[in-house]
Amino acid sequence: MFSFTIRSFFQKLVTLFFISIISFLVVYLAPGEPSQIDPMNPKFTVEDLQRFRQEFNLDKPLHEQYYLFYKNLFTGQLKSWKDNQPVLDKIYERFINSLWLFIVGTLITWCLSFPIGISAAIHRGSFLDRSTTFIAYVLISIPSFFFAYILIIFVVKTFNIPVIGMHTFGMSEATAFSRVMDRIWHLVIPSVLGALGGIALLSRYVRAQMLEVIHQDYIRTARAKGLPSDKIYYRHGLRNALLPFVTMFGLILPGLIGGSVIIESIFAWPGMGRMGYEAILARDYPIILAINFIAAVLVLIGTFISDLLYMVVDPRIRL
Amino acid sequence: MTNNEQEITDLHQGMTEEVSRFTAAWRIFKKNRIALWGFIIFMIFFVVAVCGLILTIGDSPVLDPAQVRLSEKLLGPLSPVNTNMVKPVDRPLFNVYLLGTDDLGRDVFARMMQGAWISLTVGFVAVGIAVLIGIVMGGLAGYYGNVKINFMQVISMTAFFTSLVFLASGQKEMALNFMLAAFFFMILSAIYYYLVVRGSISFGIAGFLFFDTISVDSLIMRFVDIMLCFPSFFLILTVVAILPASIYNIMIVIGLTSWMGTTRFVRAEFLSLREQDFVSAAKAMGISDISIIFRHMIPNAIAPVLVSATIGIASAILTEAGLSFLGFGVPPPHATWGNILSDGKRFIFDAPWLTYIPGLSILIIVLAFNLFGEGLRDALNPKLRKK
Repeated sequence: MFSFTIRSFFQKLVTLFFISIISFLVVYLAPGEPSQIDPMNPKFTVEDLQRFRQEFNLDKPLHEQYYLFYKNLFTGQLKSWKDNQPVLDKIYERFINSLWLFIVGTLITWCLSFPIGISAAIHRGSFLDRSTTFIAYVLISIPSFFFAYILIIFVVKTFNIPVIGMHTFGMSEATAFSRVMDRIWHLVIPSVLGALGGIALLSRYVRAQMLEVIHQDYIRTARAKGLPSDKIYYRHGLRNALLPFVTMFGLILPGLIGGSVIIESIFAWPGMGRMGYEAILARDYPIILAINFIAAVLVLIGTFISDLLYMVVDPRIRL
Repeated sequence: MTNNEQEITDLHQGMTEEVSRFTAAWRIFKKNRIALWGFIIFMIFFVVAVCGLILTIGDSPVLDPAQVRLSEKLLGPLSPVNTNMVKPVDRPLFNVYLLGTDDLGRDVFARMMQGAWISLTVGFVAVGIAVLIGIVMGGLAGYYGNVKINFMQVISMTAFFTSLVFLASGQKEMALNFMLAAFFFMILSAIYYYLVVRGSISFGIAGFLFFDTISVDSLIMRFVDIMLCFPSFFLILTVVAILPASIYNIMIVIGLTSWMGTTRFVRAEFLSLREQDFVSAAKAMGISDISIIFRHMIPNAIAPVLVSATIGIASAILTEAGLSFLGFGVPPPHATWGNILSDGKRFIFDAPWLTYIPGLSILIIVLAFNLFGEGLRDALNPKLRKK
């Protein structure tokens, strides 16, 4: 087990090295330099351009730029091109905001998917099963921003509650209770939207897993010896069906960034996805690159954790 | 005697009912009503998209998606043309705006028809690229997976790619150096191959340069792992935003970032097919590798690829819509459902049809593709076919 952990760790390190190269190349090899964003701007003289290039190491050869970029990233000296603030501080600040969305969204996803998936599997072919299956496909197929607009209009019109941003402007005078409620409303709507796709996928997966387990011999044995059906499904069935979800627990980590760009842009939520989008609009390369890199690192950490968890949970696997 | 023969033929027919793979799959597929609806909507969409292409191209198309009529802006669906304000040439078909007009007075019906074709093209080309890469990579990993790459080959490939990178970044001198190095190492490899592998001359101590490093299989699968680490939508957004805006770039970028699933499927299929008797028989008959792969293995491995391609088209259409929403979609002269929707969102209270028509259209088409894909997965599943 120890040797597996070490080996897996080094494999991940090698992968990380290649990820660093690819994410660097994707951004830096693109046609057009950041210093040429605004060639028509009369305030941007040739000297300015020269200084800009020198300041951000753009005049150096590519491999030196690569080295300097990652050196600065890891030592925390990397600066945003737009406002000259340290990239890591900016990302950290936004990361905390995204984390809220992520935690609430994940809780909603996991709390809803399991009951839905399990009951769909137990009552296979029933109206409940068929309707949840269909709704799951609708949720996967609907463009998230279209659904977001429908939901915003619905919530704003029926409950008269503003949902854009992290909190309503000018609430500092209000009572603590209404402030908290305001925050919760602002948090719940984007989290629900972010979670919908996840609920659809996860509940389908739970259903498939549960179906597979229900047809095993030991379930038939349990039924034959006259156990109550709740005990069969939740004690004998669910425990075994849960196994693959241990790995998924590690794999949800990257959802922190990837899925949130559109939702955060619509809700003006100052999170990481939105920061990435703003950085893309401003061609702020260090931030784009750092976000891509951090997202990939999160995936690696997630797979590493899930490998370890799997090994702990499933005694058959001792790689 | 004849009775006996009759019996035998009866028995024969009863035992082996000759059913082609397609018919068998269709029989299962037909029973799945939701998937059948998906397929029907898919076919209708295909016809609509082709009609959309025919009706909207040319200098004076039947439906002109780009015709601006500022006096007619934000009219609701089914509203008639104001004949006093619009010249006869500029009027829409049958003098009625079937799906209303947008903020520039353009006919939404015409734009939707054009968008249907563009969305279909984006989906098909992107998935086509992904499937092509997936089959090649998966095929290589599955069929030639055991081949080891030696150290010299690794060096020469690294030099080659480094040279390409320097070339792309405009440092020609470095590019040339690395290219020369790559050629030098390649020639060394070739010499080694002919002298040592084909002939039997020992390289002596220099042989250490040719030790085996990594197998083709693990090289490709590690690359797949690396690509899977990137958050796909953000990566697509980054690349599309950096590259000049064009419909081709979007298709290519979506294609280049979504081939990993196909690679895994094809590799898995190839790994199991490679061990089967008919492949061994083909090899024993001296049929070339290329022929074995393309004539015998790919047709047997294509089922999961088809399924993932169908679902891939759905997600490519969604991705394009998402990109359009963020302002990096297909650029203006072309209308896509994504950019009709993202243009229309500003008028969601005054002209809700500008949001709901493209939004619901995307929903229905993507849903149809997903349901069709799932039905196909069940129909092509050999486990289900036997039941």
